[in-house]
Amino acid sequence: MSVLIYAENAGGTFKKSVFEAVSYARAIADQNNTTLTAVSIGNVDAAELATLGKYGANKVLNVSGNKLKDFVNQAYASVIAEAAKSEGSAIVVLSNTFSGRGLAPRIGVKLEAGVADGVVALPVQDGGSFKVKKTAFSGKAFATVELTSAIKVLSLVPNSYKVVETDGTAEVVDFKAEAKDSDFKAMIKDIVRASDKVSLPDAEIVVSGGRGMKGPENWGLIEELASLLGAATACSKPVSDAGWRPHSEHVGQTGIAVSPNLYIAVGISGAIQHLAGVSSSKVIVVINKDPEAPFFKVADYGIVGDAFEVLPQLIAAVKQYKASA
Amino acid sequence: MKILVCVSNVPDTTTKITFTDNNTQFNTNGVQFILNPYDEIALARAIELTDGGKGTVTVINVGDATTDATIRKALAIGATDAVRVNAKPHDAWYVAYQIAQYVKANHFDLILTGRESIDYNGSKVAGMLGELLDLPSVSIIKKLDAGDSDATVEREIEGGKEVLTIPYPFVAGAAEGVAEPKIPNMRGIMAARTKPLTVVEPVEVKTFSEIVSYETPAPRGQVKLVAAAETAKLVELLHNEARVI
Repeated sequence: MSVLIYAENAGGTFKKSVFEAVSYARAIADQNNTTLTAVSIGNVDAAELATLGKYGANKVLNVSGNKLKDFVNQAYASVIAEAAKSEGSAIVVLSNTFSGRGLAPRIGVKLEAGVADGVVALPVQDGGSFKVKKTAFSGKAFATVELTSAIKVLSLVPNSYKVVETDGTAEVVDFKAEAKDSDFKAMIKDIVRASDKVSLPDAEIVVSGGRGMKGPENWGLIEELASLLGAATACSKPVSDAGWRPHSEHVGQTGIAVSPNLYIAVGISGAIQHLAGVSSSKVIVVINKDPEAPFFKVADYGIVGDAFEVLPQLIAAVKQYKASA
Repeated sequence: MKILVCVSNVPDTTTKITFTDNNTQFNTNGVQFILNPYDEIALARAIELTDGGKGTVTVINVGDATTDATIRKALAIGATDAVRVNAKPHDAWYVAYQIAQYVKANHFDLILTGRESIDYNGSKVAGMLGELLDLPSVSIIKKLDAGDSDATVEREIEGGKEVLTIPYPFVAGAAEGVAEPKIPNMRGIMAARTKPLTVVEPVEVKTFSEIVSYETPAPRGQVKLVAAAETAKLVELLHNEARVI
């Protein structure tokens, strides 16, 4: 009864969220005194596949070929479920990414497995019960879910589990899995990747702007600070509603929930809906000219001041820190 | 085109979340329930796609009678008719299974959900429905253009987007960008009173998950304020104290 981790690649390479998920799955395998198998789908080279061993995978199943080179939800779910059956896996772990969120429920149905998505901690297994903590109410709370099925599917929130390096190595083997022709009804026409931008959901640092930035023409300051820190950019709902920034940057209860190590909010007052989406951030910095802004009540560090005066100084300070580091 | 929009009844976004019974139950006392914001987006797009007699929009909800007000709001916004599966939703599997049974008996060209409900944030129903009905599913879409035999959708991926064409029928979870939510007008509200709301009984189904307890995030300490002129101090704190840069 092994543990299976789906190692999602982006253009042939694994991101940190995969190594977090592999480390997390390794810990679950250790809890159960069993092995960890990773399954990779798409064209990933052997050296990259082998890196999964460093985070605790004992074996890597490599599914390649042109038909499966790009992500097709239905087909990938079939392959992962096949891999789980072939390995006799009792627990399947995915990253709670956009793709993972589409796969987990399909895999759950295929394996008649309970699905806990958005998990943020290791499961507690006690006398046959299996309980795991997940986010709920858009970050305003956590729920502990008990899964009662024989097989369990978990999807792990990026940045919620640390990457743990081991001195292990993984055996990489080719895996032939069946996906029906009808699994390929959805056809990919185009993939557009903004290669210079840090992906928001799994970013370790996020710099976010609100109405206090006064207009889209001022976003250069947010982008410059983000670029210096290797951060993703984000915004509040009023900003995306006004069309200053794309909806894909909207962070909050009805946008993307983020859990970076550092969230810097500039000119955002901190409405309850915005706080819901960022409350899992490890450290929150708030820059706002209104000392009564509710965001200061949940911030770790704050600067009361005008964004247009503070940001250039902060950018200069980060440059100086970078130069001396 | 026949479109089914799956809707949830969720706590209002301003709700302060608390729990009762030793943190095992969500405290609904004083909480206003609303149509899930993402489902409103799905509904708005469905209405646009069928505007001018080009089809019908049915909304379906799994819930007890207390969700009727939310269903009537969906009808007031412009849905043609509604179905309520008369059961307290247990988990996403339970909800998806009930809806799948209805879809098997009533063909739809397109099934839309919101990308997730804002209470349990699962984004599971679209994928589960797709699997239960052996249909393609896209869990989070940002754009939906409908053609005659297929639709073109944009899906968000980390750091970019993917454009897909999918033949009908399929299941998709709508996110921001798909449509602007519509506000019901007085005519819609009046019309909603007489639109059909069919109540069907649930089928029996095993469930695999149960919420056993809740907790709220640990409160943060007092904010440490840094003077506006001392941004270097902030950088130093983030490096040496918080260790995040």
